[in-house]
Amino acid sequence: MGALHIVVCIKQVPDSAQIRVHPIYNTIMRQGVPTIINPYDLFALEAALQLRDQFGGAVTVLTMGPPMAEESLRKALAFGADRAVLLTDRAFAGSDTLATTFALASAVSKIGETWGTPDIVFCGKQTIDGDTAQVGPGIASRLELNQLTYVAKISKLDLEAGAIEVERRAEGGTQLLSTKLPALVTMLEGSNEMRRGSLACALAAAQAEITVWNAAAAGIEDLLNCGLKGSPTIVKKVFAPGAHTVRAQQIELQDRNADDIARDLLDQIFIRQPQVEADLMRMASGQ
Amino acid sequence: MASAQQPNDKFDVIVIGAGPSGNAAAYVLARGGLRVLQLERGEYPGSKNVQGAILYANALEQIIPDFRDDAPLERHVIEQRIWMLDDKSYVGMNYRSEDFNEERPNRYTIIRAPFDKWFSRKVRDAGATIVCETTVTELIRTEAGRVIGVRTDRDGAVVLADMVIMAEGVNGLVGQRSGLRPELKPDSVALAVKEMHFLPRETIDARFNLKGAEGVVIEAMGTVTDGMVGTAFLYTNQESISVGIGCLVSDFKTGTAAPYELLHRFKTHPAIAPLLEGAEVKEYAAHLIPEGGYNSIPQLYGDGWLIVGDAGQFVNAVHREGSNMAMTSGRLAAELVIKLHRMREPFSSENLAEYHTMLKNSFVMKDLKKYKGIPGFLHSSSKHVFGTYPRLLSQAAQTWFRVDGADKREKERQIVSMMRKDRSFSGLISDAFKLVRAWR
Amino acid sequence: MSDAPRPAASRANTKKELPERFRNHRHVWVFVEYEHGRIHPVSLELIGEARKLADKLGVEVAGVLLGGSEPEMREAAAQASQFGADLNYIIADPILTDYRNQPYTKALTELVETYKPEILLLGATTLGRDLAGSVATTLRTGLTADCTELAIDDERSLAATRPTFGGSLLCTIHTLNFRPQMATVRPRVMAMPEADPSRVGRVVMHPLGMMEDDIVTKVMGFLADRESATAQLAYADIVVAGGLGLRSRENFQLVRDLAAVLGGEYGGSRPLVAKGWITADRQIGQTGKTIRPKLYIAAGISGAIQHRVGVEGADLIVAINIDPSAQIFDFAHLGVIGDAIEILPALTRAFQARLSVNRLAG
Ligand SMILES: Cc1cc2nc3c(=O)[nH]c(=O)nc-3n(C[C@H](O)[C@H](O)[C@H](O)COP(=O)(O)OP(=O)(O)OC[C@H]3O[C@@H](n4cnc5c(N)ncnc54)[C@H](O)[C@@H]3O)c2cc1C
Ligand SMILES: Cc1cc2nc3c(=O)[nH]c(=O)nc-3n(C[C@H](O)[C@H](O)[C@H](O)COP(=O)(O)OP(=O)(O)OC[C@H]3O[C@@H](n4cnc5c(N)ncnc54)[C@H](O)[C@@H]3O)c2cc1C
Ligand SMILES: Nc1ncnc2c1ncn2[C@@H]1O[C@H](COP(=O)(O)O)[C@@H](O)[C@H]1O
Repeated sequence: MGALHIVVCIKQVPDSAQIRVHPIYNTIMRQGVPTIINPYDLFALEAALQLRDQFGGAVTVLTMGPPMAEESLRKALAFGADRAVLLTDRAFAGSDTLATTFALASAVSKIGETWGTPDIVFCGKQTIDGDTAQVGPGIASRLELNQLTYVAKISKLDLEAGAIEVERRAEGGTQLLSTKLPALVTMLEGSNEMRRGSLACALAAAQAEITVWNAAAAGIEDLLNCGLKGSPTIVKKVFAPGAHTVRAQQIELQDRNADDIARDLLDQIFIRQPQVEADLMRMASGQ
Repeated sequence: MASAQQPNDKFDVIVIGAGPSGNAAAYVLARGGLRVLQLERGEYPGSKNVQGAILYANALEQIIPDFRDDAPLERHVIEQRIWMLDDKSYVGMNYRSEDFNEERPNRYTIIRAPFDKWFSRKVRDAGATIVCETTVTELIRTEAGRVIGVRTDRDGAVVLADMVIMAEGVNGLVGQRSGLRPELKPDSVALAVKEMHFLPRETIDARFNLKGAEGVVIEAMGTVTDGMVGTAFLYTNQESISVGIGCLVSDFKTGTAAPYELLHRFKTHPAIAPLLEGAEVKEYAAHLIPEGGYNSIPQLYGDGWLIVGDAGQFVNAVHREGSNMAMTSGRLAAELVIKLHRMREPFSSENLAEYHTMLKNSFVMKDLKKYKGIPGFLHSSSKHVFGTYPRLLSQAAQTWFRVDGADKREKERQIVSMMRKDRSFSGLISDAFKLVRAWR
Repeated sequence: MSDAPRPAASRANTKKELPERFRNHRHVWVFVEYEHGRIHPVSLELIGEARKLADKLGVEVAGVLLGGSEPEMREAAAQASQFGADLNYIIADPILTDYRNQPYTKALTELVETYKPEILLLGATTLGRDLAGSVATTLRTGLTADCTELAIDDERSLAATRPTFGGSLLCTIHTLNFRPQMATVRPRVMAMPEADPSRVGRVVMHPLGMMEDDIVTKVMGFLADRESATAQLAYADIVVAGGLGLRSRENFQLVRDLAAVLGGEYGGSRPLVAKGWITADRQIGQTGKTIRPKLYIAAGISGAIQHRVGVEGADLIVAINIDPSAQIFDFAHLGVIGDAIEILPALTRAFQARLSVNRLAG
């Protein structure tokens, strides 16, 4: 049995709380919008680091993005990851989730050839910009990894037996699942808390060499599967949510006290929604 | 895993802070071949500096001559407006000149976050090691008081170096805690609050009559500060407008209005509101500015340490210059350290004393000395400078411009008597005299 | 790299030339999520939506039911038909009793390859998203997540609209030259259709063709949520919600009080979750729950776009906000410009009074 090897996929995203839309052109105004590691990916990274600390081995972080995404990788190294791979190539521009999973899956395979096959690939639950939660399952299908999504807790890892047990968030409850390695896990938010990296890690991160791969270096020969060409979906139209035509009807205040205003409001509610009134009356009369 | 005290983790110099002064110092040091570690508490360089600002090209040119090629500059300033506001009008001077559309413009508006990030990238490319999200908690000193390293908030881990440069900004907590500099006095720091108002580039161009990368700066004084010592300002960036107002901390303590109320007053002033209309406000930042001037400069050097930038109180409050002094002091400090390093001289207090001489020979100390009386003057006459005079000026202008049948001589008489009523003639003269003296 | 959703200028106008192998793909399918003895309501909502798309295309609506017991599946199929499915494909096999990615992916992929739908819709639940990602990748087709609007364009292709960049923008996505066109939709985004008890549909049974030994993932157990506010909030008829305008955790009690009197559920805006005033499953909006109650009362909520998209489907939106220019008045139906801390208790009293009159009378 070799040492544990974990790959964590992280994405650099614009801090969406700070995004502005050009009022005329409906384009994203990026000026002054800081980028961050996709917050959900930090839960994946921390889960990976905890397993590494417990079992030994190494954590490789992987991102596909523009050259400046290197920043996020350095951050991940400062938290304690062991090595980082930046997958960057103009050929990847315009990738939808299918093309993204192709590139990332190829890179994971290449990472396997270079540093040993990963036992677990971690992803975040979803990104805050793409917001699809599709990339994790896509990588799993392409690499035929056993797929564990929305994982709240890794309850057991048995490297000897190549087995893993998790608690998975399902509809209306928690599923307890066991499966075999290699597996792909997407972590749920709130499942752990990102550590403060040590000064030694921070220093190492600042000085680390980051592995940068273009498509060819990642072993991708067929560029038809990448970028716009490899994307079955296209964005036909981008637009701002329309404003409603009618603004809210305001309850007159007329210097009345709160109780009078509330009674007026109640009447208006019942006039507009007689069904609500009927339901409430039925409830009140105890039926 | 590396451990905190590997041999290759001993540095020649540690720079605390990645603002303009720290970046200037670290850049010059790294280019000079020294092993430099720069520690910054923010998430990234500039993350604690969200505001827009004015960049004076000259100081940066001396460090990175071709900075215009790739620095994130917003607009170059072709017009400066200086306005005296009362509650509903303003009197002002605008200076706009085609000359400012020169090949190498002298002043730019910038947004600190991307600018500091760009500068930091240069520092890294020059070979320095930069670690962010790490706060220096104290200096490590020998029994004899020599500084030999710093302690950080990452598990209290320590890094050692031959020399520490404090570029930690106006608060200077590290220096303070180590007893190397006194605590800040409320009457020598201003509190500035600032917002970014986002607007499409086309709207800004139209409202300020600009084309291409041209920009405008407005500085305003008057009743908006409620009689406190302070000024308000507005700069145009590419797709945003920085607006802010600053007043002395001591005034805020005794005054009636909170900083954001003053800013609100400024933004809603009839001369300013139309410029900001429809903008999306995204950032609200508050920051201290040292305004004590020459008289408040602390001890700047000692065994194994130097202070640069705002931490040394190098800000010209009148001309709102700070980053240029920060960069220049950082550069000078680095140049001295490199020289001593090359000569294999120790970083002793005697050897580092030359830093003070270098500053004295530069515009930094010369300017600060020239204006050293100003902070005191403004403080003692604040009620008039920031309240009475703007109001009077505005009234005078209105009297002068309103065509109402009175002849011009009569108007002059009205104006003079208005002035006398609000501020005695001797008071006026004495203010003028004090101002002239302070300026000299 | 896939970050900026800009229309692909060069390809947006590409003439659709559907490859030969996709030409005979027909009909609109809905994956009918069946777990723990019931159909997830989102699937019924989707059948209603699929009905509209299919009518526009002049094709049929089919439900897909995967599960452990044939009688249960047949019963569920009957229900799906009442809501609008013309036929239902069923794979019933004990292996499919609990959801697991591998057999479900195999089952759904095989049905698609055999019966060739042109559109496949799934609910954006944890199950639906887990499955949709695998199936789309296996089929190498496009998948659009979390759609808020589905339509058929002039070229008979699916125009799927979804929010992007934290809801600040919407984009319309098409799947060119591939079939099926897949999309997921979150619960409560689409209206629940009326059931027609007289409607019946055809059933097509299909074998799974897998052995339990083929499957490496095992379900060791299922812990049902104790308080499933989750389901209750999304499906409540009356929801009262509060925002930062309430100013303190204590004041939030006023929201709970009103909800209790109305027999409704309570929720809040996202900042309240961050502040710990409410739990995450009570968050309403784009990254929280989408709701469509008959009555939604929002107190001290500014009405940011991310909140708005979660409540727009409500029949009647009532807003209480102190700021006349608050965005929430742009989409609310009734507004009160006032202090929520005064109005909320007054409203609670008003309802109490009205209801108690009725109680005496009744
Ligand atoms: C509102 C406002 C407007 C201004 N406008 C202008 C203008 O238009 N033009 C101009 O030239 N100047 C302007 N100034 C002044 C100018 O910003 C400063 O003079 C300049 O930033 C000083 O640079 P500095 O590097 O000394 O300090 P700072 O820029 O304050 O940088 C200090 C850095 O050190 C870090 N730090 C602090 N303590 C620690 C620690 N213990 N450990 C690690 N890191 C630490 C901080 O996070 C910070 O990044 C303005 C100031 C303000 C507040
Ligand atoms: C990617 C992303 C996803 C998001 N997802 C969600 C989401 O799912 N759900 C969500 O809610 N938000 C979401 N947000 C956050 C959203 O953008 C807003 O920040 C948030 O909804 C604001 O919450 P609020 O209205 O409670 O607070 P505020 O915006 O602070 O508004 C408070 C309101 O209360 C009013 N008020 C103040 N005092 C009183 C009083 N005494 N009486 C009455 N009114 C008063 C004020 O006028 C103001 O309108 C998301 C943001 C991003 C970037
Ligand atoms: N460009 C990328 N590089 C690396 N990982 C990514 C990238 N895009 C998505 N991921 C991973 O896939 C997860 C789901 O993303 P998404 O499908 O976009 O919501 C994220 O949380 C990441 O872990």
